[in-house]
Parts: sequence; C-alpha cells; structure tokens
Amino acid sequence: MKFERRKKADELKINMTAMIDIVFQLLIFFILTFKVSALEGDFEVKMPLASSNPASMDEVLPTVIHVGLTAGVERNIATIEIDDGMQALTFTQADMFQQLTNFVETTVAREGDPSTASEVEVEFEIDPKLRYRFTVDAIEAVSGRVLPDGTVKKLVSKIKFRPPVE
Amino acid sequence: MKFKKCNTEILEADLTPMIDMTFNLIAFFMFTINFADAERIEQIMLPKSSLAKPPEGLADYQFILNLDDDGSVWFDGQRIEKIELINPLLRREVRAAERQGVPPPRISVIIRGHEDSQSGKVQRLIQQCQENELEKFLLRVKEER
Repeated sequence: MKFERRKKADELKINMTAMIDIVFQLLIFFILTFKVSALEGDFEVKMPLASSNPASMDEVLPTVIHVGLTAGVERNIATIEIDDGMQALTFTQADMFQQLTNFVETTVAREGDPSTASEVEVEFEIDPKLRYRFTVDAIEAVSGRVLPDGTVKKLVSKIKFRPPVE
Repeated sequence: MKFKKCNTEILEADLTPMIDMTFNLIAFFMFTINFADAERIEQIMLPKSSLAKPPEGLADYQFILNLDDDGSVWFDGQRIEKIELINPLLRREVRAAERQGVPPPRISVIIRGHEDSQSGKVQRLIQQCQENELEKFLLRVKEER
C-alpha cells in the first residue's frame, strides 16, 4: 500500500498588525498624559465650631499657647507674638520661626509631666493679609523639629485658628 | 536571455520581545496614572514644608478645595470668585457624604492654598466649611526633602 506523502502543514499565522497599532496608540496616550507631580503632604487641623457647653469642672484644661502673626512690608511676616499665660514674648529677628519652635519645645517639655495630664494646644491669631506661606511656616514650627539624624521630634498636634476679625 | 529566479523568502522579525516590553510599559503607565490629579489645579503653588505627613490612604470621604492667590476657589472643576458663594457646593458635598453614611465630622477637607494667598482667605474658607459642620481640615503643602 502506498501512503500519500502528507502535504506540508500550513502555518497558522495571526495577523498582529491591528493589535500592535492599538497597543502603540495606548502607549502614546499614557506617555503623553504622564505627569511627574511633586510629592505633597498634609498638616491636619481639627477645628470644630466652638461648643456652647462650658467645660466641666473636672476636665483638665489644656495649656494654650497663643501665637500672633503680624504682616509687614509686602505682606511678609513682621513679628511673632507668643503668650502661654506665664510669659509673653515678641520675636522680630530673621530666625523667629526657630525661636517659636524653641519656645514651644520648652513649654511641651514643662507640660509633659504626667501629673499635669494636660496637653498643649496652639491657637493662632493671624493677620488676614499675611501670605499663607508664613502661616504654614508657623504651623510647621509648632508641629515639630527635624533632628540632626533626620528624625522628627513631634511637638504640638492640636492647632486651631482664632476666627479672623472682620 | 534567461533570468535566474530570485529567492524571495519573506524576512520576518521576531516581535515577541518588543510586544512584551510594550505591554510592560502600558502596565506601568496604567498603574501610575492618578485620576485624583484632576482635582489639583496646577497654577496653585503650594507652600513648602519638610514636616508635613504624606497622605495616609483615603479618608472615609474627602474633597479638595483649591484657593488661588487672587482669592478665588477652584472646586469640582468650577472657579468660584467669592468664598461666600461656595456654601451651596459644600452643602451638596455634605449631603453626598451623608448618603454614603459618612457624617460631616468624618469628612476630610483638603485645602490647597497658594503660598501667596492671604491667610485670612484660608480662614474664611475654613469658616464656611465649619458652618456646614465640617471640622477636619488637611492643609496641603509641597514636601521638601
């Protein structure tokens, strides 16, 4: 018996052209819409509307540091006024934010005694015309300090703003 | 004259590595695309800070208010000239959150203020939010390393 030689099997070829076209179009879309955005971070501020209920007698009131920021030439910061009930200071030098951090650090260390069981709060009174960047600098100054080894020493987390005067 | 028949073999390049690479690139771009960026207004120059915490995941409900240096607010793709006019939009946002079971105190309001905007405007914006029972604010800054 004679077998017929098998015909060479046709290679099954899938036409890839359409897929490659689509894939390249997708790639171009993603490349063109790709945006390298700067890293952003947050300062959390919790500010409920003032409660009408007076604090109870047993409640330990927190130590509040009042920080006043005033605007000067070209809406830049002119002075920082601090009052924690025990002493009031005014900073005017270029390193005023550093001095603010030092002051807050001292107060936190003093109030950190567990027997007092109170927390430190910072209430800002800000000149409405002051550039916002200085407000952020002040919030940063009371929030913590970057130590030489790169770690952050946290200071105050309770921050509030005094309502602006119209 | 007799011509020799040319050997007409089709030259086929192996496209497999290229397609692999292309798919990898597409996967990369798909994973890194950030639709939340749509709410960022690029013209707003944020103040810089080295202490701000990077956002930790998503809040129960959050929305972004962009405050420009001329005092106008960008919210949900709209430019609002005066801060006082934002109240109806805030109410709408609060109602949308409540429908999802998130009470106003748990809503995070992200404020992206221009570094040269007036601090008083930021405070006015916060006041408007407080009038709508919102109390959790995140002041967004550019991280400085």
